[in-house]
Parts: sequence; structure tokens; C-alpha cells
Amino acid sequence: MNEVRRLLPDLRSASGPASPERLAERGFDQALTKAWAMSSQAIIDEVTASGIKGRGGAAFPTGLKWSSVNKAEGQTKYVVMNADESELGTFKDRVLLEEDPLGALVGLLIAAHAVGARKAFCYIRGEYREVEQMLAKAIDTLTQLGWAGPGRIDVEIRRGAGAYIAGEETALFNSIEGKRPEPRVKPPFPTNKGLWGSPTLIQNVETLANVAILFAHDAQWFAEYGTKATAGTKLVALSGHIQRPGVYEVPFGMALADILNAPDLGGGVAGSGRLRAVLLGGAAGTFLSPDEVAQSQLDYASLGAFGASIGSGAVMVFDDTVDLQWVLTKLARFFADESCGQCVPCRIGTQRIWEIAEKGGLWTRTEDLRELGQAMRDASICGLGQTAPLALLSILDRPGLRQDV
Amino acid sequence: MGNSVTLQIDGQPVTVAQGTTLRAACDEANHAVPTLCWHENLTPANACRACVVEVKGSRTLVASCSRVAEDGMEVQTASERVLNARKVVAELLLSTSDASLAPDLLSLADTSGANPDRFGGGATWQQPVREDNNLYIRDLSKCILCYRCVEACGDDAQNTFAIAVAGRGFGAHIDAGFGRDLPESDCVYCGNCVAVCPTGALIGKTEWDLRSQGQWDESKITQTETVCSYCGVGCELDLHVMDNRIVKVTSPADHPVTHGMLCVKGRYGYEFAQSEERTD
Repeated sequence: MNEVRRLLPDLRSASGPASPERLAERGFDQALTKAWAMSSQAIIDEVTASGIKGRGGAAFPTGLKWSSVNKAEGQTKYVVMNADESELGTFKDRVLLEEDPLGALVGLLIAAHAVGARKAFCYIRGEYREVEQMLAKAIDTLTQLGWAGPGRIDVEIRRGAGAYIAGEETALFNSIEGKRPEPRVKPPFPTNKGLWGSPTLIQNVETLANVAILFAHDAQWFAEYGTKATAGTKLVALSGHIQRPGVYEVPFGMALADILNAPDLGGGVAGSGRLRAVLLGGAAGTFLSPDEVAQSQLDYASLGAFGASIGSGAVMVFDDTVDLQWVLTKLARFFADESCGQCVPCRIGTQRIWEIAEKGGLWTRTEDLRELGQAMRDASICGLGQTAPLALLSILDRPGLRQDV
Repeated sequence: MGNSVTLQIDGQPVTVAQGTTLRAACDEANHAVPTLCWHENLTPANACRACVVEVKGSRTLVASCSRVAEDGMEVQTASERVLNARKVVAELLLSTSDASLAPDLLSLADTSGANPDRFGGGATWQQPVREDNNLYIRDLSKCILCYRCVEACGDDAQNTFAIAVAGRGFGAHIDAGFGRDLPESDCVYCGNCVAVCPTGALIGKTEWDLRSQGQWDESKITQTETVCSYCGVGCELDLHVMDNRIVKVTSPADHPVTHGMLCVKGRYGYEFAQSEERTD
């Protein structure tokens, strides 16, 4: 068996995902009891020792972030669960919240307790209505058991309204505040000035779920899977030409080829059965050639050698019948549609890349595209514009992938 | 020390007061950076990205209009990445908007070596002029979405909040609410949006009419300094006079009372001064 089930609950579990029985079964009640008996510093030290990094895509060390918010000056502090999952090919937070909503919520409560926040928000993608209902049930359970609620840590759900950009942390704050979700300039960082100008800790669903299982056990147990550099497991979302699409939990360090081919994971390339490329990390990710896939492990250093990152954990598989120019055109249209329009490089740059793609100029106007892409990476305000050209640039750097069908 | 910071700008040490922005520090070092959306009396919008500089240790370039100088920062105002970003910003704007009345953008295009046609041929912001009132018109084909008008209408000056950005991506635009004409909107016609517009997208009706008739001639315009007579605040007015007629009223951006902002009476209530029916 290559698949691990730690973040995801045991398939044999008969308890309701949001029930008190599940809370006990997963050891989350003990995790809360344990964390509540610890000082802020001890909790943060435990998170730091585990080596958990942010699972939303940026892989920022979680313990460091918590420490910054804890030290930041301010009477009011907030914690936010970012469940605005909108990256293309990414559906892991949805599965996590459907199957085990208490995990991420327990992580959220521990985070609030550690940094001294009395108010927590769950910002969930608007289309995830059923997931939201599951989340609301889990909040009810925690409220009835006395862990959450007014006077304790008040947890409130906020729904997105269909904008990809609202998943960017500072745009998300603006959305919660009732404003247009335009990203803010950083610095100041959310750890100092986030929601309503107060220090704010914002984490991805999967990051918080990791915290919950860490406190249900300990750092040593946590490190039983994964590599020396990155302990633990990662949820990956397989889609495209793959025999068994879906969300899988795998240890860090697993060979990418095994994720694609193991019978209990991807089960092999579908379609023609011959791999053309893998898009890793979603629309804002990097294309890897079959050779690179064969040499890569699911770890930051291994993928960094190819200019790639795990990102959100999206793994999109394309067989050799796929015209990648067509894929890039789709991606370009996505970004042009989802740019908020605030800054010039992203607002107009995403539009021009889309137009060039539509006119079939991706392989001929490479110098223009490289300069445009570089300007977008360098000068856009937020991660959307900065990463919008990455998939395109990764193909320009890999001429071997450009052969048309 | 304590109240000042020392940084390097293009290899040259510069000491500035704490809280100084990189843009201001670059100015002091005589290594001025170009700006489009920045305005001396408005909160930086960070939108145009023409003022980006390279700061050692920063993954991306940094908007100098809003980033505060820190001790030991090493800033480059003309690195390869900076020059490329500036050029591309100019090219993208020129491919979208009519820059004929946008001196700052034309100057950026010129100094950055931008090729105005490189990203041209696609969608533009060409659209009909909105002429829906007697005081100013909206020629949004010239808009570069610098946010200055929104800020002047909002809490940087007027606190009316009649306009905001609507739409998203390439379709983002300045809107008075649901696409309404200005008389149906919350606009109070202070004209402060017109005063801060850097591209002529917002322009006084008199100036617009004269330009349309080919009669606007900057060389014939003289300025007369006076104080507004409508109330006791003491706003300084600059009357722009052409052929013995007032064609525009502004106030100096550095005036301690107005900071360049006026009300509807000061800015547009001048016709009485040149009325044929006036009793002298």
C-alpha cells in the first residue's frame, strides 16, 4: 500500500464526519485538551518542531507564522481558515472538509488558542454549498461540546462569491470586510495587519488538519512519514489522463512516477497510455516532461531542481494526444477572466497572453512572451499575476514539450 | 539616528527621515523613478507598477510609491528587471488606452523605449464618450485605471464615494454605480476626480468642447490667482483664462487649504463672472 490515511479518516469509520463520536475516534478531543493545557509558546514550539509548512501552495513554515502573529502587538487578533479552494485541478480541501471537517476546525481552534484570538473565520468557496453545511455541522458539534462559540472562540463561516482572487489572503480579508476582493500591498503582512488592521493568522484547510493530527499524537509520530526535510503526508489531487483520478494522501518524498502509476494511487496514465506532460501545482504551476517526472519526488527540494513546486498538490496528467498549446490557451483564458484588474501587468498582461494564444502565437512570439511574463512575475501586486505566466514559461523552457500532434 | 534611516540607492548612500517612501528617497538621491498612479495628495494605489524598483533580498520588484525605506536596504532603480517591467507596463497601457492627453504615460513610453505596437491589435478600451452633464465628461477610452479619481472621491478628499472600480480583469472600469449616468449617481460635481486625472479621461466640459472644436490653445491660456468668494474657507483658485474667458478653474496641489481640491462652486461656479447679464 502506498496510500496513507492520516489526514483523511479511516475508510472503515462508521461515525458521522461531524459527530462527537468522530471527534473522539480521531483523538481530536484529546488534541484540544492537550493544547488547552499548554502555553502559547509550547504550542508554537510543537508546531515548529513538526516542520509543518503551509499547504495552500506557498509552503511557508507554519510555526514561524504562528510565532509572528503571537508576537505581533494588538489586543484583537483573528484566525482564518482559507477554504476558498479554486486552483484548477485542486479539490483536496473539499474532500478533507467533506470527510473530516473536525480536523481542520480543531486545528483552527488550536491556532486561535495559541495566538490569543477570540474570533475565527472559515472562508469557503461559494460553490461548496454541501461542504459548507458539513462544516457548519462540525462547528455546531464543537460549540455544543464547549470548545467553540461566543465567549470561547467564535467561529463564523463566510462564503465566497465566485472569484478565484478572493483566495489570495489579503483579497480574502477585503472580502470578509465587505469590500471588493482586491489584494493589498505587502508589507505590512497579515501577521501584523490583516483583518480590520489586526494581526491575523490565515492558514489553508490542509495545514490546519495537519495541526489537529499533530496534537492528537506528537511530533515523533508525525515524522514517521515523509522525508528528513519535510515530515508528514500531502494530499494530491490527480486529474486528467489518469486511470484513477481523485484525492490521495501520500508521504512526502514519494516518487512522482509512483503517484501516477501505483495500482492503489493513479493506476497509470490513461488515454493513449503514453505521458506527454504533467502540470504540477495547478494553473499557476509548472509543466514537467516525462523524464523530469521519472526523476522527481514529491518534495520541495527535488521539484525545485526542475523549477517546479508542489503548490496546492494538483497533478494534472496529459497524454501524448494533447496539444499543449490548447491547454495553455485555456489556462490563459482562466487567468484573464480571474484577474481582479487592479494592477497593469496582470490586468492587461493576462489579456494579451490569451490573445496571443488564441492567435496561435505561443511558439512564435517567444521573446515578447518572455519579457511580458517576466514583467508580470516581477511587477504584479499579488501571486495571481506573478504566477499566471509560469506554466507558459515552463513550456518555453522545455522545447521538447512543444511538438504538436 | 533613530529618526532617520540610511539605505543605498544605485550604490549611493542616502539618509532619509524614518517613514520616507522609497520613491521619495529616490527623488532625494536624484535617481527619480517614473510614476503614473502616484499623486502627492493621495494614498498610493500601487496600481500602475511603473515605479517598481529592485530591492536586494526581495523576490519580486517593489512598488516604491508605498514601500517605506528601511535601514540597510539596497535599491536599484535601473536594473534589467526594472527596465523591462517599466517598458512592458508602458506597452500594455499603450495597447489599451488612448494616451493622447497623458503626458506622464507618453514620457514613460519614451524613456523606457516602449514599442507601442508590440502588444497592440487586441482588445482596447475604446468606447463612446459619456457626456451626461454640463460640468465634466468621461472619456474612458483614455482611462488607465490609476484609481486616483476613486481615492479623491473617497476618503482621501471628498468622502462622497460616488465612484468605484467595477468589473474585473480587462473589464475592470470606473463606474458611478450600475453604469448610471452621473446625474443619477451620488456625484456632487466637486470635480476633484477631474483635477487628479492624469490622462484626460475626466475633463471639464468647457475644455472638452474647445478641444473638440480645435480651439483649445495652451499658449493662449493665462492663469490668474484669486481666492474663492463663495464662502470663508479661503480656497485659492487659479483661473485659467483664454480669449478673456475662464475655461478652467484649479487650485494648487501644494495649497495648505485645498491641497488641490475644491467644491462644485469653486471649480465650476464661475459663469457669473463672465455673464452677459451681469450688472457691473
